[in-house]
Amino acid sequence: MDSAGTGGSPHSLSSPGAPTPSASSSAAEASFGNPLAPAPAASRLRAAFLKGRPALITYVMAGYPDRATSLEALRAAARGGADVIELGVPYGDPLADGPVIAEAAAVARAGEGGFGLIHAIQVAEAFIRDPGVDHAPPVVAMTYMNPVMRLGLKETAGRMRAAGIAGVIIPDMPPEAAAPWRQVSQGIDTVFLTAPTSTPDRLAIVTAASSAFIYCVSAVGTTGERESLAAGLSDQVERIRLHTDLPVAVGFGVSTAAQAAQVAAIADGVIVGSAIVKRQADPREVETFVRGLAAAMRG
Amino acid sequence: MSDVLLPSADMAYSTPDAQGFYGPYGGTFVPETVIPALQELATSYQEAIEDVTFLEEFISLLRDYVGRPSPLYRADRLAEASGLGAVYLKREDLNHTGAHKINNTIGQCLLARRMGKKRVIAETGAGQHGVATATTAALLGLECSVFMGVEDIRRQALNVYKMRLLGAEVVPVADGQGTLADAVTAALRHWVERVEDTFYVIGSALGPHPYPQMVRYFQSVIGSEILGQMEEKRIAHADAVVACIGGGSNAIGTFYPFLRDVPAEDRPLLIGAEAAGLGLDTDRHGAALTKGTPGILHGFYSYLLQDDEGNPLEAYSISAGLDYPGVGPEHSYLKDEGLVRYETVTDAEALEAFALLTRVEGIIPAIESSHALALLPRLAAELGPDATVVVTVSGRGDKDMDIVREAGLGG
Ligand SMILES: Cc1ncc(COP(=O)(O)O)c(C=O)c1O
Repeated sequence: MDSAGTGGSPHSLSSPGAPTPSASSSAAEASFGNPLAPAPAASRLRAAFLKGRPALITYVMAGYPDRATSLEALRAAARGGADVIELGVPYGDPLADGPVIAEAAAVARAGEGGFGLIHAIQVAEAFIRDPGVDHAPPVVAMTYMNPVMRLGLKETAGRMRAAGIAGVIIPDMPPEAAAPWRQVSQGIDTVFLTAPTSTPDRLAIVTAASSAFIYCVSAVGTTGERESLAAGLSDQVERIRLHTDLPVAVGFGVSTAAQAAQVAAIADGVIVGSAIVKRQADPREVETFVRGLAAAMRG
Repeated sequence: MSDVLLPSADMAYSTPDAQGFYGPYGGTFVPETVIPALQELATSYQEAIEDVTFLEEFISLLRDYVGRPSPLYRADRLAEASGLGAVYLKREDLNHTGAHKINNTIGQCLLARRMGKKRVIAETGAGQHGVATATTAALLGLECSVFMGVEDIRRQALNVYKMRLLGAEVVPVADGQGTLADAVTAALRHWVERVEDTFYVIGSALGPHPYPQMVRYFQSVIGSEILGQMEEKRIAHADAVVACIGGGSNAIGTFYPFLRDVPAEDRPLLIGAEAAGLGLDTDRHGAALTKGTPGILHGFYSYLLQDDEGNPLEAYSISAGLDYPGVGPEHSYLKDEGLVRYETVTDAEALEAFALLTRVEGIIPAIESSHALALLPRLAAELGPDATVVVTVSGRGDKDMDIVREAGLGG
């Protein structure tokens, strides 16, 4: 009953276990035994954090309000100065997202008689081929697990590689469940999320699993604009740094240029989502807004 | 009156594994924010069920507050009308609050209190789990909010009123279709926001690990009692044991002791009844096991009604408790392993079974439970006129009066 095609079941998720030193040293077995695989050698995502200043990561919902406009919004974000593009895949039960992104996803899904993961990858590909700037910023796809399972893990990874997508963020795929994805996603960075509730043990697991950068969820709750940044955010970032040398990018609730500047002072990357999606129907507004964020961060 | 049977610790039938997998199904597919809380819950649950004081309090509340054990009633006129030798009804409808749901809410709310949480939340479809949670929260002095889809609020107005009387806040969920799946999503999202001070009382054997295992444990009192009562009543053998499947909690509570304690060669046929709604050839049903494909929803991997892009589809049933697009992960495993058979029952068949039990036995069942009862004539055809069948009547039908009246029953 494997309707998920090549994706198969997450059966092997049930025993990711700890790395076993006594296991055979063959490459295949080593990667099976250790889900905490290293970053792709020449990570384009990692490079976006090596500009000597904090990176600006802008979230755009694929297909919202329609395919063409979302592609224009990506180009607008690139022109405005985004260092990384996070491309949202519309999904029907987005547990980690607040109302702005959830509603944009619902609008996007209704387009083209069902707009989903395959279509989002196509939008990424079109952008990467013709970004409207000299160098396309790397694209990281943000999707939930079930669209990936439905298309198939291997099929998804193949299509993403072919499209030039540099990485993925899958908020409902914890590191312990990532082994099957690891096995098929060579060349694609997998970025994991820490939460304010993460214990030191969890931080060790999440940071060891993540490649390219660490996504620090700044607030308990779902995505969406917030009046002020979470108290203790810089402590939270410092706690993550105890476990990793990877850059730490902060997201969830960063929505103004002033907040972006505040976060840039303590983290290696600033992730802005709902505040951009809210403006996405008018790509010119996206460009102006992103330019303002970049200026504030770099000013 | 016999004592409530203590559910014994997991033995031979040994699901789930340490990560909460039942074969390939189950697991934990949720944002990091709630993972520490789930791990804490798994540890606290394990400690609680190994603590005699906790178990004694659970069992004494089941006995003195819920009214357990619920009778195993021999329904002769129903057997005759169905063409079977004997039919035994496991009367969960006689529990305080009118359904099996309270077995689970007492277990989980005691655990919440033990963990020092002062506030519980729940989702509800038919309102039975919401009422059970609100009741238990009142009993234990916990603050309570219940998430309920706006369509279900319309269908189950009486239960909404009851919850408010009991002191619970009812939070209307207008997203999606306004039914059970939307309420689960809203409750999960809320939990992500308030995870530090709030305990989420999930109402069925679903959700991320350890919920399916925990709900199974608290509901296993149903099947354990059936086994004990069969012995007491010298019922040497049952040919089939039947329960309805929404998320699957009354069914797993009924089946699990049979899977764990009865050798395969002596085990009755175990049959779950899913909602076929307006028919399996329409898109208006709730038959995840029969018509779905494996996928992830609400934090676990299981059979699921989903579209080509992996979005959950809307489920439908005349009964608000069965219109869920997924199903508890253990049922997916039991289906694949062939350990339980799953059949489907349409709205019309369920209404017919509802009317029959009401008229020949004077017992008004919940429409959910009527789906299990609707299998009786089929079982008579399959097993013959001497067969003995046990049916779990998961709840009573008081809450369904408006719906059956709308459907034209009773004129
Ligand atoms: C009376 C009754 N039976 C059955 C169900 C279905 O739930 P489950 O499959 O978890 O037993 C419900 C759910 O609300 C219910 O109220």
